[in-house]
Order: sequence, then C-alpha cells, then structure tokens
Amino acid sequence: MPEGPASEFEQGSSLWKDARHRMGQNKFAMGSLCVLGLMILLCFAMAWFCKDPNKVNLVNKFAAPSEEHWFGTDALGRDLFARILYGGQVSILVGLIATAVSVAIGIIYGAISGFIGGKTDAVLMRIVDTLLAIPFLVLVIVLQATLSNFSGEVTQWIVDNWGWDKQFTSRLTNVVPLFFALGLLGWLTLSRIVRAQVLAIKEREFVEAAVALGYSKSRILFRHVIPNVLGPTIVYSTLTVPGFIMYEAILSFLGLGVESPNSSWGVLIKEGANFLETEIQLLLLPGLFFSLTLFSLNFLGDGLRDALDVKASKD
Amino acid sequence: MSLLEVKNLKTYFHTRAGTTRAVDDVSFSINKGEIVGVVGESGSGKSVTCHTMLGLLPSPPAKVEGGSVTFDDQNLLHLPLPILRAIRGKRISMIFQDPMSCLNPYLPILEQVVEPILTHEQTSREEAESRAIEMMIKVGIRDAETRARSYPHQFSGGMRQRAMIAMALVTNPDLLLADEPTTALDVTVQARILQILRELRNDLGVAVLFVTHDLGVVADVADRVVVMYRGKVVEQGSVLSIFENPSHPYVKGLLACRPTFETKYRILPTVEDFLHAEEAKDGSLTLRERPNAMERLSNLENKHDPKDFRREPEQTLLEVKDLKVHFTSGSGFSRKTRQTVKAVDGVDLSIAKGKTLGLVGESGCGKTTLGRAILGLVHAHSGIVRYDGAVLQASDMRSYRKRMQIIFQDPYASLNPRLTIEQALTEPLTVHQIGSGSSDRRERVVSLLEEVGLSSAHLLRYPHEFSGGQRQRLCVARALAVEPEFLVCDECVSAMDVSVQAQVLNLLNELQESRNLTYLFISHDLSVVKFVSDEVAVMQAGRIVETNEAEALYRQPKDPYTQKLLDAVPKSDLKELRERQRRN
Amino acid sequence: MIKFLLGRLMQGILVLFTLYTITFFLAKAMPGEPFTSEKNVSAETKANIRKLYGLDRPLWEQYYVYPKNIITEGSLGISTSKGRPVKDIIAQSFPNSLILGLCALGFAVGIGIPIGVLSAVRKNSWVDWSCMGIAMIGICVPSFTIGPLLQIYLAAHLPGLKVAGWGSPQDVILPAFTLGLVSAAYLARLTRGGILEVLSQDFVRTAQAKGLSPSKVIIKHSLRGGLIPAVAYLGPAFAALISGSFIVETIFQVPGMGQHFVNAATTRDEFLLLGISLFFGFLIVVMNLIADLLTGFLDPRVRIADNPE
Repeated sequence: MPEGPASEFEQGSSLWKDARHRMGQNKFAMGSLCVLGLMILLCFAMAWFCKDPNKVNLVNKFAAPSEEHWFGTDALGRDLFARILYGGQVSILVGLIATAVSVAIGIIYGAISGFIGGKTDAVLMRIVDTLLAIPFLVLVIVLQATLSNFSGEVTQWIVDNWGWDKQFTSRLTNVVPLFFALGLLGWLTLSRIVRAQVLAIKEREFVEAAVALGYSKSRILFRHVIPNVLGPTIVYSTLTVPGFIMYEAILSFLGLGVESPNSSWGVLIKEGANFLETEIQLLLLPGLFFSLTLFSLNFLGDGLRDALDVKASKD
Repeated sequence: MSLLEVKNLKTYFHTRAGTTRAVDDVSFSINKGEIVGVVGESGSGKSVTCHTMLGLLPSPPAKVEGGSVTFDDQNLLHLPLPILRAIRGKRISMIFQDPMSCLNPYLPILEQVVEPILTHEQTSREEAESRAIEMMIKVGIRDAETRARSYPHQFSGGMRQRAMIAMALVTNPDLLLADEPTTALDVTVQARILQILRELRNDLGVAVLFVTHDLGVVADVADRVVVMYRGKVVEQGSVLSIFENPSHPYVKGLLACRPTFETKYRILPTVEDFLHAEEAKDGSLTLRERPNAMERLSNLENKHDPKDFRREPEQTLLEVKDLKVHFTSGSGFSRKTRQTVKAVDGVDLSIAKGKTLGLVGESGCGKTTLGRAILGLVHAHSGIVRYDGAVLQASDMRSYRKRMQIIFQDPYASLNPRLTIEQALTEPLTVHQIGSGSSDRRERVVSLLEEVGLSSAHLLRYPHEFSGGQRQRLCVARALAVEPEFLVCDECVSAMDVSVQAQVLNLLNELQESRNLTYLFISHDLSVVKFVSDEVAVMQAGRIVETNEAEALYRQPKDPYTQKLLDAVPKSDLKELRERQRRN
Repeated sequence: MIKFLLGRLMQGILVLFTLYTITFFLAKAMPGEPFTSEKNVSAETKANIRKLYGLDRPLWEQYYVYPKNIITEGSLGISTSKGRPVKDIIAQSFPNSLILGLCALGFAVGIGIPIGVLSAVRKNSWVDWSCMGIAMIGICVPSFTIGPLLQIYLAAHLPGLKVAGWGSPQDVILPAFTLGLVSAAYLARLTRGGILEVLSQDFVRTAQAKGLSPSKVIIKHSLRGGLIPAVAYLGPAFAALISGSFIVETIFQVPGMGQHFVNAATTRDEFLLLGISLFFGFLIVVMNLIADLLTGFLDPRVRIADNPE
C-alpha cells in the first residue's frame, strides 16, 4: 500500500462492503434474492387485490384457469391463485417468525454460554446436548397438539374481551402456536453455533488486547465479539428459514398445523394430493411456489456463506 | 553434469485481480549430493519454484509460462502425469513446513511411511514395513518399532518432521526438496533435524534443495545459496562468497538487517537503506542500489553507542516474586482425569525503568503465559507482581491498564477486523478519557500514526487493507494511545520477514528512547532478544534457569540449558563459515 | 472406552427422562378427555375407566408410576383409544417401519455418498452442478409432493408397483425411495463438502508428492476424513428413518409406527404418545451412540481423546 501524503483520507473498504461486493457477483444468489423479493411482493402486496380465498362456490369447482380464476378453482370452487398467495403469507411468516424467535434465543443463550465460559458454559451446553438428542419432530408434534387445542378457547376469550374480528382472530390463534412450537425448539443448533463462534473470537488476540486496554466487559462483548459473530449467525439463520417452512408444511400435512379453511402451502399440497389423478395442478402449483421459495432461500444461504466466508463446519 | 537444472522458469498466477509473476525467469542447478539453499522472504517465489518442479501447484490459478526443469534428461514440466508420478516420491521426494498438517491425521505413521515403497516398488508389505522402520530409526525416531503404528497427533513436532523425512527418503531418492522444513520447530529441534539432513546427505548421497527464509539456517546447512527476491534470483554462489562478499544490494541489505550475536548498534539497517525498488504499472520491477549504504551504516554504528543513554541510576519498575500459573486440562467437570500443567512455576524477575528484559525459551516453556500473568490477563495461582512499588491486585487491575500494555505476535489477529483504524485508535482514548472532544482525539490519533511511521491518510481504512508490518505498527500505536510506561512484547516480530522485523525493532528502540519505555521482550529468537535487551532471562519448563546482563549471558552461559540453546542457533558469522570451508 | 460408554449411558438416561417429563406434562396439559370418542358414556363408567387406567390418581403419582412400570414390568401402559398394550402396538408396527427405514437408508447411502464423492472430484464441472442441482431438488421438494407424483406416474404405469399398500416385497420400493430422497440429498451435500474440505488440506499435497495416483489420493487419503460429517448426520437421520416417516406412511398407507404416533397426538391417547415418544428417544440415543463410535473409528484423534499422550 503506498503511503501517500496526509492530504486526503482514503476511504477504507469494510468487510461488510467486501461481502456485499462478492454477493453481487454471485448470479445464483442474486437471482434467488429477486425470486424471494417477488414472492414476498406477491404474497403480501398482491394478495390484497385478490379474491376472497375462502369464498366457496360449489357450482364452479375444479374450474380450468381463466381470466377470472388465473389458476382455476379447487374442490370447493375457491380461487386457487388467491389461496396460494394467502397460504404463502402463512408459510413465509412461519419461516421468518420461527427463525426470529430461535435466533433471539440462540444468540443470547450461545453468547452468554461462550462469553462467560467455565462451569456455566459446561452446564448450559450439557442442557443443549440433552435437548438436541430429543427427537425434534416428536416434540413439535406433541407441543403443537397441546397448543392448538387451546386455540379455540383463546379465540373465544379474545373475541369476548377485546372485541376482535372472529375470523381474523381464529386465523391468528391457529397459526401463532406454530411460530412458538417451531421457534422454541429450533434455537438449539443456533446457540451451539453462536457459542462456538464466540469461543473462537474470544481466543483472538484483539479481544485480549481489548482486555489489556481496560475496556469494560459489555464494551468487549458488544463492540468486539458480537459484530464478528454476526456473519455465521446470519448465514445459518438464512438456512434455517427453509427448514421451518418445511416443518410447517409437514405439520399441516399431518393435520397438526394450519387447519382449513385457513391455507398454507402445506395445506394446499395436502388438499391437492386428494385429487391428483384428475386435477394435478392443485398439487403442482402450490408445490411449485413452495419449492421455488425453498430453492431461493437455500441458494441465498449458500451465497451468503461464500460471501461472508463462513466455514462450513457447525462447531 | 548437474542432477537437476532449472532454466528460465516462469510461473505466473492468473486471478481475477490480475497476474502475479510468482516465479519470473529463475535459473539454477543442483549437483549430486549437494545441499543448495534457496533463500527469500515471503512472496519471493521460493516455495512456488519448489512446487512447480513436481507439478504440485493447483492450476488454475498457477500456470507455467516458460522455462524448463531438467532432471535425468527429461523436462519435468512437459512430462505426462503418469510418468511424472513415477518420479514423485521415488526419484524426487519432498518435505514440507508444517509436519502436523502435512501428515494424514487419519492414518498411522507407518502406513504413510510405507506408502512410497508400495507405490513405486514391487515389494512385499513385510519388507516394505521393515525398511520403513529401519529408515525411521535412521532419522532418529526412538522406539520406532513400537511407535510406528501410532498416529501423527501422538508424535511431537520434531518427531513428526523426522517421520516426514523418513517418508521422503525411504525410497532412496536422488533429490530431496525441503520446503521450510524447520521453520515450525524450536531451535534445539531444528539443530537436530539439520544434523540429520547433513548426515543423510553424507551417507546416502542424496541432494537437498533447502528452501527457507532463514539465512542463518542456510549458512549452517547449505553448500551453495540461491537468493530470491520477488520472483527473481538476485544472486547465487557458495555460502562463503555470499556471506563474505555479497554483490546485490538486496542481499547486502538482507544480511545487514538481521540481528546476530555480533550486532553492536542500536538501530538496524533495513533493506531500504540499500535498495530502491520501483514497480512499473505492468508489474515489472526496477531495482536500484542506494549509494553509500555501508558508509551510513558505519556512521550508525559509531553514533549509537549501546550504553550511551542508559547510565541513569536504576530504579525498579516491575518486580515479580514466586509467580505461579497452573492450568487444569479437561472440561469444567471432574469427569475426566484432571491434569495440572504448571505453565509458570515460581518465577522471580525484576525490570529497571527504561530498560528491556528479554525473555527467551522454547515453545511451551511458559514465557507467553508469564507475560500475560504479569498483566493479569491470565489468573495467577500464587505470587506477587509489584509495579512501581505497589502490589497489583486483580480488583484494581483496570487502573493499571493505562500504564501497562502488550503487543502480540499475530498482527492479523490483534486488530478487530470490523473497526477502522480511527475507531480502533480512538477507542482507548475514549475509554480512559484521554483528550477532550473528538477533534483533539483525532489529532492525537494522527500524531500516534505518524509516530509509528504511518500516515493519517490511513485513518478510515480497515486492518485487512494493511501489510503485516503495518499492522504491527498499528498495534504499537494502539498500545501507546493510553501512554503506558511498560510494554510486554510477546513474540511481536516472530511472524515477520527479517526486513520488516528490522523496521519494527528499530521502531521499538526509537520509542523506548523518546518515551522512556520499559519492555519485557518475549521471544524464541536468541539473536533478536540479544539485540533489544539489556538483561536476558532464559526460561525452561515454567522456571527461569538463568538471568544475566545480555552480553555476559551470551558470552558465558552458566546454565547447561542456556548453553544448549546457544549451541543450537545456526551460526552464520564469517569466522565460523571460513572454518567450515577449511574443514571440507 | 468403558468410561465413555458409561458416560453416554448416563446421558442417554437423562435424555429419555427429559423427554418423558416434557411429553408427560404436555400430554396432561392437553385440554379435553381421552375418551371423548366414545359417546354416551355415563359419568360413572368414565370414572371407572379413569380408575382402570390410573388416571384418577394425583399427578405426581402418575408421573412416577409410569417409569416405575417400565422398569419393573417392562410395560409401556395401555392405549386408551385402542385398548391394547402400547408394547403390542409398537411390536406390531415397528417391523414395518424398520424395513421401510432400512431400505430408505440403503438407498440414501448408496446414492447420496457416491454422488457427493463424484461432485467433489469433479468440482465446478457440469457433473458437479447437475448433481448438486438434483440434491437441491431432493431437499426443497417435499416428500408429500414427490410421493403422490410417483404414485400417479410410476405406480399406475409400471407393472408390479402398487399405488399404495403393504404386502408384497416390491411394495417397499416407492415409499423407500420417497423417504430416502431427502437423506440422500443431504448426504450428497455433506459428503461433497467434507471431501472438498479434506482435499484442501496439506497432507493431500504430501500424498501427491509421494507419487500416488489421483484415485488413490481420493480413496485412501480423503474419503475417511471426508465422510465424517456424513456419518455424524447419519446417526440421527437413521433413527428418524426407521422410526417411520409420518408422511410417507400416510401417503403409501404403510402400517408403521408413525401413523399411530400422529393418531395418539390428535386423539390425546397419552400412554400411546408417551410409549412411542420414549421408543423414538431410545432409538435416537442408540443411533447417536453408534454414529459417535463410527466417527471415532474414522478419526483416530477422537478415538484416543480419553487418554491423551
């Protein structure tokens, strides 16, 4: 690097900026980002202009695609396009919110465990090890079965006491337990990743230099440790979202997740599978939206991993 | 007729960022039974040359752009891969720098030593194994029969490198390519490995191409030297002629900037004193000699009498009494067998104000832990650290942070990669409320940067945009920001090339004068320690075995361990070289 | 070694106990009655049934009796919805799940690992890209889309394959394929990543410098280390496969354990729920242990962790 005169400050290039640049050159990742943007736009903005996804019209069931019904109608004559978009709302929200819940718990838990270290760390990680050995889906099913049993009562209570719209409330109480069932159980792996990262960063000499310079513990944690842990956390979180979307679909398919008349992609695929011999588009179209979203999320995660230069190993 | 001849070799790396001429028109040769040292600093292309010969470089990005490597009347560069493979490991073997990562951790040592025989010869497994064990005994692996079936992680560093050598020589090759084979090892181990290589050359007649950055090692082991600089051979010849009468300015600089036991002056010359390198836009390099470098040098020598400014009455700044640091291995629970490692086991030392205490020892002797325990960065088990008359307590350590600072070995890991230089240097000022307001602090940061030889233009840059030497200057600047009186320098030049090392050592010496700093200088390198220190302490297995004034300790070591360390250092002074020349 | 096994045994018991505790209290927290399906039952009969199942006792006593019965009598309780011992239900349905799971695993390992190796060896070629593309499809397209598609496109047209059902040996093909696809995809990705990681290490260059052929370098020096991530994944995955995929069993109407479990969760059949949960937990603990032992076999550094040099 040439050491020029002190006249002008040279603008440095931060690691985030470098990562953004690398990301921009990854065609797969950028393409995925576009698809995801489009998907979110469709599901959350376009959906407002669609027909009522729950309007039953038994006369017009299994209609072929037309100007009126872009994707045709289902067994109850409901507009498939609208149902896919509304279902997408639920599926995407489940993925995002469950991830947010598990990231919040995982970062705090992992950072505490790694930063304090010693006996605290050993105990906290033994707990995680034990929970990790418990079959995840089994617990989610039990938890979800318990939580969703309460949803009727909770809906009634909210309608009685707060005066909310009943249909909206029941939609909410049907879906919200899912967020928590998934989120509460999904933080385990994330906390281990965060902890491993914190431990690795703690060993780096700049943290020791910070101690030697007399910085406070909280300053070291928030200014020196956490910013350096964010990269792997972001990458892993991105790769967690498709996992949660898949779990939602599995639960819904088993009748333990979102329930009709509410829709999610899992529900739609389940409904479509009933008529697959005659009306295969009822299975294929929601399946296409679902898989496209998962594809994009996975490619985006892979792209982020390369751009942020995160090692593939988990611990 | 030479065994191997490299002619006009060119290896370029083509990446998106541009083309790097890693090896640019390199020619040299090696005869049967000869040891040729290839010396150069990082980025000089010495390792790339070595790897190119056997076609071991990943391509792309590497591409051989021209030249030839003639071995046995064949040009290795144009051989089809199957034929080249028959030469690899059979006629030409190779050993690498880091014996841990270069041995397969999943296979027993014996399995790996046997592999070249089984690959290249029609031999039964039993015979191959007995030959492998024989070779392992020859390179000095104790209990080779019983230990052969162990895995690499069960061997120590020196034993692993011996296993590598056994693996390379088990097929009786004609040529051994050794790529920095002793760099990761302690001096005493290095001395033994060099001895083994010399013996093997004499016994088996194997020629060795010895690639290293260490001129001392070359002087010790090689017959001839090839000096490389930025992809080119700048000078080659016999060891004596290079050391006695170097002609190229770079080689002169390289020889001069290296502290040896004989160095008397306080300021080291740098390569830049001898050489002016100009890089054109197309990447080609013009080297020009700076005139009168030697004269300026002798002026330096005269001006800086080492004892000149140190004649004040001595006043003890730091005193350590019976300090002990014990580590317990294993997890937080007592499930596994606990083992206590006595990293520091009862150390006494004291440092006078404005002086430098050098602390030498081999890896694992506890010198780094001692430095950190003094600063309270690791918990001391027992003992007292008295600083400026007061006993340091863990509870009020933070008030001493302003006065005692540390510089680490790895400048890449010592700076938070997410902070700009300005942020990193302002932070200590803010925390300790030095300076008033942001403009005053910025002024202070700028003057700090200038003090360590960097420019204020770098304020908004990030650490990864600097070279290793520049980063170490930044670390020094950060440590100085709180205006300390005492600095622990923990192997702070060990990862550097000698030319950069000279600059940083000079900086430390200048700062000591201008700021009246006191140093605890920790290093494994005896020459460097002698150069910077007034007093030297030798550490072994957690204890200090000998402390004395630097000059006296090196001239008349009292402890046998000190003697052993001193003997192990490769000798490169002319007297020694001439002596060896005569013996041969 | 014995120490290690003992430690793992303790951890396994802890895991099962935690699982039991969580499941027990969740099951108790479920609103409603376990016998709501049987209509028109007098309050008296209900009370009798409750007594029969021991549901009238205080909560802490129920919590303590169930594990006690497992240990003393080997009993997992009686299903409230089926009226049969849970042990019998598991004994009857588990073999089906086991066969399905083993076939799926065989398929996943047989396809996934070779594809991963191939991808790693031909890194950044069209072979690599297409293999990884297919793997991505396996991960992103859910089994309940692939399953039905296989049913109408393969089962309906190929002789010998049935759309659904469980009786003749070839009935296992489609469900096993559907079930194994996801694992195969993950295995392929993990194997590729693992081998590339090993190939970037220095000792591979040493092997090349010894004059070994490329295939030898891969087989002898890279495969062992490269398979470690895949093996670590296989433990839990194997347990998940043989404990029966709820979805695939539903689609192909396989009389496996998964269906019973989902039914138990929806009908509040708490003994069946507890029994199958614990059985799943047991399988996972055992499989994790086997995976750990296998990793130790592959990696000597882990193997000797108990007694360092």
